[in-house]
Amino acid sequence: MIQVAAFWLFATLVIASAAMVIFARNPVHSVMWLILAFFNAAGLMLLAGAEFIAMLLVIVYVGAVAVLFLFVVMMLDIDFAELRAGFVRYLPLGALVAIILAAELVFAVGAWSAGGIDLAARAAPAVTDKSNIQQIGELLYTKYIFLFEAAGIVLLVAMIGAIVLTHRSRGGVRTQNISAQNQRRPEDATRLVDPGVGQGVQL
Amino acid sequence: MISVGHYLAVSAVLFTLGVLGIFINRKNIIVILMAIELILLAVNINLVAFSAALGDLVGQVFSMFVLTVAAGEAAIGLAILVIYFRGRGTIAVDDANRMKG
Repeated sequence: MIQVAAFWLFATLVIASAAMVIFARNPVHSVMWLILAFFNAAGLMLLAGAEFIAMLLVIVYVGAVAVLFLFVVMMLDIDFAELRAGFVRYLPLGALVAIILAAELVFAVGAWSAGGIDLAARAAPAVTDKSNIQQIGELLYTKYIFLFEAAGIVLLVAMIGAIVLTHRSRGGVRTQNISAQNQRRPEDATRLVDPGVGQGVQL
Repeated sequence: MISVGHYLAVSAVLFTLGVLGIFINRKNIIVILMAIELILLAVNINLVAFSAALGDLVGQVFSMFVLTVAAGEAAIGLAILVIYFRGRGTIAVDDANRMKG
């Protein structure tokens, strides 16, 4: 019974916070609502028995993506009131598209519940005597190892791309010249003098 | 009792909200990117729900790849946004005509 209550709690909160993401006036608030939506979606996935994906959602989305959004929103100095203009004008068209899309999705779910199409045999049936993360690991590192590595390459390309795009080299910065430092010898840098008593040293 | 249909309904509503967000926040590209994240989240919920319902783990593996692409997309999108703002001083989507496309 508590699972049902938890499901309705998470489902209501995820939809409410998703609505707040797109209707909030301030993008900082949008990001906060997005974080709440991600947490509740993780709860939903936890209820479905996908513990690993739920934890991954919290780590990747909340820990990385949402913080990245927050950082960019706070770093850019933008007049958000100006960007809100036209909100009411776009609402009818947006609502129309949304209603059509929702009707399509309801239709698809109805067709699926009415029997659906018999798909091919399951690729990787879940076994119950192992934990979720162990099963996923065994699948990911054997059958889907190339896809897994491709995902790593995607992340690498994204990282390099983001760094190359946002990096800017500033002029007039005095940086360390290691080669010149290493080539410097004591004879070039110092001078030994032997001044007489009472005389100064000419530097 | 909660069935897979409930999960599909939540996911459908989330997906629709994401699409609606793209339409009504047409000028604010940050919120558009957040709406895209919502859409990908809906897809992930769908994949996990079917994975649990069919007893097939491939859905969860695939959900991880969707997560990867979502993270990469957010990073690249926000990087483009930052350099665009640096050059133009605005992020209004309507004014984005630099490539004369």
